[in-house]
Amino acid sequence: MTSELEISRRSLLAGSAATAALAAAPQAEAKPPMTTRPSTLPVVLTVNGKRHELMLDTRTTLLDALREHLNLTGTKKGCDHGQCGACTVIVEGQRINSCLSLAVQHHGDAVTTIEGLGRPEKLHPMQAAFIKHDGYQCGYCTPGQICSAVAVLDEIKRGVPSHVQADLSHQPQATNLEMRERMSGNICRCGAYSNIVDAMAEVAGAKL
Amino acid sequence: MRAFTYERPGTSAEAAAAVARRSGAKFLAGGTNLLDLMKLEIETPQHLVDVQDLKLNRIDPTREGGLRIGAFVTNTALAADERVRRSYGVLTRAIMAGASGQLRNKATTAGNLLQRTRCPYFYDTNQPCNKRRPGSGCAAIGGVSRQLAVIGTSDKCIATYPGDMAVAMSVLDATVETVNADGTSRAIPIADFHRLPGDTPHVDTNLQPGELITAVTLPKPIGGRHVYRKVRDRASYAFALVSVAAVIQTNGAGRVAFGGVAHKPWRVKAAEGVLPEGAMAVSARAFADARPTQDNAFKLPLATRALASIIAEGRSA
Repeated sequence: MTSELEISRRSLLAGSAATAALAAAPQAEAKPPMTTRPSTLPVVLTVNGKRHELMLDTRTTLLDALREHLNLTGTKKGCDHGQCGACTVIVEGQRINSCLSLAVQHHGDAVTTIEGLGRPEKLHPMQAAFIKHDGYQCGYCTPGQICSAVAVLDEIKRGVPSHVQADLSHQPQATNLEMRERMSGNICRCGAYSNIVDAMAEVAGAKL
Repeated sequence: MRAFTYERPGTSAEAAAAVARRSGAKFLAGGTNLLDLMKLEIETPQHLVDVQDLKLNRIDPTREGGLRIGAFVTNTALAADERVRRSYGVLTRAIMAGASGQLRNKATTAGNLLQRTRCPYFYDTNQPCNKRRPGSGCAAIGGVSRQLAVIGTSDKCIATYPGDMAVAMSVLDATVETVNADGTSRAIPIADFHRLPGDTPHVDTNLQPGELITAVTLPKPIGGRHVYRKVRDRASYAFALVSVAAVIQTNGAGRVAFGGVAHKPWRVKAAEGVLPEGAMAVSARAFADARPTQDNAFKLPLATRALASIIAEGRSA
């Protein structure tokens, strides 16, 4: 039963990936001849406090470096085009889409992934709040949601303005409206949004 | 994605020379748009010159009382800057109306100016597109055109410039500063930076090959009420159907530019001159030469109403 469920979920994912690939299929006849051979470069990343020296194809995204080269598979590949937010990680204190960044651009940078925020035996307060408030169903978008949520509360604290802020000269507050706007780059197809905002509100209340 | 080589020079002159030296070379800033297009093989650079070490990440006051924004300043840093929030609120508003928090943390000032259209036929590599493959035709004309341009179009292209930031920079009379490989620099008024499609829709801007954006300067503040109104299909994280950037003075005069309607931010000075007469008067002049499709004709009344709501808001405040 479990394996059947897994198979159907996998083929569903493969199916949707195929549709996306079809929509984006490059036109074979239009391709210019390939004149550049694959190129590799050394890349040093400090991920969750640990230094890694990698030799990577220049095309490797930060997301693929984390998942395929460092086996940190907590960070998820959703759309791979910066539209879903499943790949969100924190780089040098800022949340970014790791799928839209080349690993070589981050040579020397410090990266925090979901694995670095907390561990099962020692959860980050945001992870604990997501569990308490049922902030997920399938869980696929959750690592990105949690990395984003942690960074959003930091952005509010640092006074980064937002689209819904009425007065730009005021310090923003962690209101429901603010958190919904600031989390709009993280899609949850299960629709756990209201519970995610509840989890964030609890952490914000405890912190601010 | 096609293979490419990569370098990270330390000065703007080296970067410009590096791109000029090699065919198929491109500058890489945040990469949030370029990398997306490279994955789809719409962009196929053979060499990337990363500009992150060029020290273009500062915002400095100018002698004229304005601000000089480094090309590599992120969208978040620009929108959050105290001086920008205080004196150029329309710019903070426009930036915060675009993209997502993650993208704004990575996307840069120059990269945002250079982002490419989101016309669905540009992205769909199975379709003809004069912007993606010059001479192949335009599938958008006669296709699904709800999102596309209503004015300044040609029979080769009806794509829009998708950004918000540049629409605000347009009402602020910003200037784009550049350097060339030969060491010369120039200042391009924002109104002359983006092009209309004409017969060459594959050329988005008036930059020369290898010309590097180093900064965007803002003249000294002009006061007034700063508003950016964006109308889109979702409340957040969507491109504009129509947007309006406005700076309105207490006597009702002011400046207005529209986004989501053309191949560049759409500002018509003769139109904004009649701002005290109301939104209908402005849009009648701004969109006098509009050639909408059946799908996107709604953008004209929508633009008028978006501006009308901004004006009304000022009266009730």
